[in-house]
Amino acid sequence: MQRPNGATVVVIGAGVTGLSSAWWLARSGLDVLVLDKGVVGWEASGRNGGGASHYHSPLFQEEQRLWPQMDALLGYATEYRRERIIMALTPEHLAHYRYMADMHRELGYRVDELDAQAIREAVPLAGDNALGGIHVFFGGHANPQRTVQAYAWALQDLGGRVLQHTAVTGVEMQGGRVRLIRTTRGDFGCDSLVIAAGPQTGLLLEPLGVHLPLAPARAEMIVTEPAPLMAVGGVDGNGLYGRQTLRGNLAYGGGPHEWIDVDAQGPEARPTTPLLRNLSRRLAELLPKAAHLRVIRSWAGVIENTPDGRPVIERLSHPENLVVATLSGVGFGLSPATGHAVRDLVIDGVCSFADIGKLSLARFADLPPDWRRSRGWVAEAMRAAPLGLPAEV
Amino acid sequence: MDGEASGPLGRDPHSIAGKLARPDRRFDVVVIGAGPAGAKAALDAALDGSSVLLVDENPVSPGLIGLDVPLYYGGRATGAVQNPGRMLEQVFGANPLIAAAFEAGVEVALATSAWGAYINGPGLNAIPEPVVGLADEQSAWTCGFRRLVVAAGARDIALAFKGWDQPGVMGAQALHALLARYDAFAGRRVVILGSGALALKTALDALRAGVDVAALVEVRDRPQGPKALVDRLVGAGVPVLTGLVPIEALGGVSGVETLVLGPVGGGAPVEILCDTVCQAIGLAPAIELLAVLGAQLTFDPSRGGHVPVLDGSASSLHGVFAVGDCAGIAVGEEGPAYGLDWMRALIGVGEPSVLVCQCEEVSRSALIGVEQPAYLGPLSDALRRRSLNTLAREGPINPDQIKRLTRACMGPCQARRCREQVAMTLCIATGTPLGEIPLASYRAPVRPLPLKVLADWSEGAAMTAGWDVWFGIASQWIPYRDIGGPREAMHIAALGGDMHM
Repeated sequence: MQRPNGATVVVIGAGVTGLSSAWWLARSGLDVLVLDKGVVGWEASGRNGGGASHYHSPLFQEEQRLWPQMDALLGYATEYRRERIIMALTPEHLAHYRYMADMHRELGYRVDELDAQAIREAVPLAGDNALGGIHVFFGGHANPQRTVQAYAWALQDLGGRVLQHTAVTGVEMQGGRVRLIRTTRGDFGCDSLVIAAGPQTGLLLEPLGVHLPLAPARAEMIVTEPAPLMAVGGVDGNGLYGRQTLRGNLAYGGGPHEWIDVDAQGPEARPTTPLLRNLSRRLAELLPKAAHLRVIRSWAGVIENTPDGRPVIERLSHPENLVVATLSGVGFGLSPATGHAVRDLVIDGVCSFADIGKLSLARFADLPPDWRRSRGWVAEAMRAAPLGLPAEV
Repeated sequence: MDGEASGPLGRDPHSIAGKLARPDRRFDVVVIGAGPAGAKAALDAALDGSSVLLVDENPVSPGLIGLDVPLYYGGRATGAVQNPGRMLEQVFGANPLIAAAFEAGVEVALATSAWGAYINGPGLNAIPEPVVGLADEQSAWTCGFRRLVVAAGARDIALAFKGWDQPGVMGAQALHALLARYDAFAGRRVVILGSGALALKTALDALRAGVDVAALVEVRDRPQGPKALVDRLVGAGVPVLTGLVPIEALGGVSGVETLVLGPVGGGAPVEILCDTVCQAIGLAPAIELLAVLGAQLTFDPSRGGHVPVLDGSASSLHGVFAVGDCAGIAVGEEGPAYGLDWMRALIGVGEPSVLVCQCEEVSRSALIGVEQPAYLGPLSDALRRRSLNTLAREGPINPDQIKRLTRACMGPCQARRCREQVAMTLCIATGTPLGEIPLASYRAPVRPLPLKVLADWSEGAAMTAGWDVWFGIASQWIPYRDIGGPREAMHIAALGGDMHM
């Protein structure tokens, strides 16, 4: 049943998590409305490395089951590709990756250890500096920008709605339940609310008396012109994460982040820094046969982090018709499964395919109020212009 | 707010704070672009006693010329551009103000491009001091400034027609550079598109350089520029053909050989023999450095489209100035409305398969249909129902969103050949006024530089020590079943935060 001024479920946030949730809910026949302050996939969902290998997550098995089906399920291409290779240029990294391989095997996944020769055969752009690595036969990567738009379109194809440029200004309660969402484009009633608004999630929850500790930060990536396609495009190492796109471009990130503050409207800007030179160096070292490729863009995105870096996915008890989903920087890859979990929480109250109890907000109950400050997870005050006032030209 | 509580301030070893290096050198004034406006700004600043660095990317490396960066050279540079010594002499000789600035004590860095510029602002407090990113063919570096004067000029607006992706289709600014600055133009007989002041001056330049100008082609029904210039050209035997638009450039192994024109309203085609088609339809101020700095921009058709908001020459940013064409062009006939007339006519006569983005091989119909690129295989039925118009109904049309989906504007030329025509296509296809279409974002590096050139090979110790592949939050990567168990501490000790997946 579609209501003129609302929906059965309202989802705040048109990123991968919110849109996947909405799509799953629409697949179950519910009338869903997604609200976003800006454009579909505009924040971290469209600015990440496209990794889909979060083996540590309770949602990972479901992610693995779903990704190979997503193009068919959504009706739009996601550029999903299986598997990853992690290359070591130092003995320390090699030992580190072998430890990771042992963890993966314990979890039941196939991992091959590669020597230097095998690495160079598997990664044509690798050089003589590669000592070895691991080839994981799980996980993979996809195109974030294509995927997030695919969720939005697939949702619409099922009758769901996405209202862009619609900022939420308030959430009204009645009888201990969320009843009305106030926005810059009018009020929307709902039976259930999902908040998956990235860094703004905590700000939206605060007036409801729910404290979600989040620290937003800005991180950067670079992309090169295309290289010949490698059989496995997900090649990491040397302090970088990233992928070769199906077009051939190398898109890589890594390195230091900048803690920032955001308000309800989101980040004021997403600037990059000369960090692109440090990223360029590491990519030229990781893939020496690509060192001649031109860097054609860099970009930054804003990522929300919980204190332990783990997601919060939970249907709250107060208000009990509210589901919160914030993925703490690993939302893209998990999104097919996250949407399923959120769908289950909204409709059935419990996730049907995995125990996600440890992702509850309750774990932060004893967090000291100055947790960001005590860890240095705070924005630096704007420094004064160090070299004096400029004169007229 | 969490961060506001008092208490001792901790330190995140993986935060960017304190990791970006200060520049090795700094100047009171750094000027980007040694054209007339930039060289004069540098000279004036030096005469006022400032230390000044004047940077110019000319002579541009042959590799970039081949990519149509920074100008739309269209494969019509001679082998002379391969000779750096000669090219340097040419660049010095083309603008006497450069030598005058040098004499006045300005440090002149030719063959040096500016790929970025950084100052602290919203979302960024990590820059230790304002810097501009510079590079030559071997390496990149940053240079500090108290004042940055951007004098980056303007580039040609390119429009697509069948066969425009072969050598011999180029822009007026590039033709001017090859004739006047480099003396390295390979064409002999050129057809010029446009008849405004830009086109007329381009034609007169070409004639002066001994190039045969076969014709000027005007999409409107009469010549657009000053009558005196039109008369001079006609007197020199150059016809101005009106009411015509290119249908196709035919060519062979060396590029263009014939331009086929058609009447705007339909009718019999006209063929002109030529080896070069020069687009002189309009210029776009080169605002990319100002954009990546975060300077406030505005759409002002009378100044050539997207331009910096200026108070005199001062941008919205402390210490950042814009002079010359990048500050805005006094457009006469060749404003955005004129470009749209050309675009509509080209869409009217052109085949849907015409490529609008050469780098990514995106056709006009693929752009309008918001199709996925060919390497992703056939379109799904669902995608066939999508188009620019369905997107426009979902919210204001946004070029960045369309770039991501179609890949138009995403190639190595950094959209120099397609940025404006994609915006115009969005405007025409969806009925959105051009001024309401947001500026597609500019991103550093604003020149496409090789990884090994851009790389910081002498990275500071703090950057190296604090580097983590992600946020360095060790607890993030613990397998779920081990959370809260005895193995959690073991994993954290063994792995730290450094996870590459």
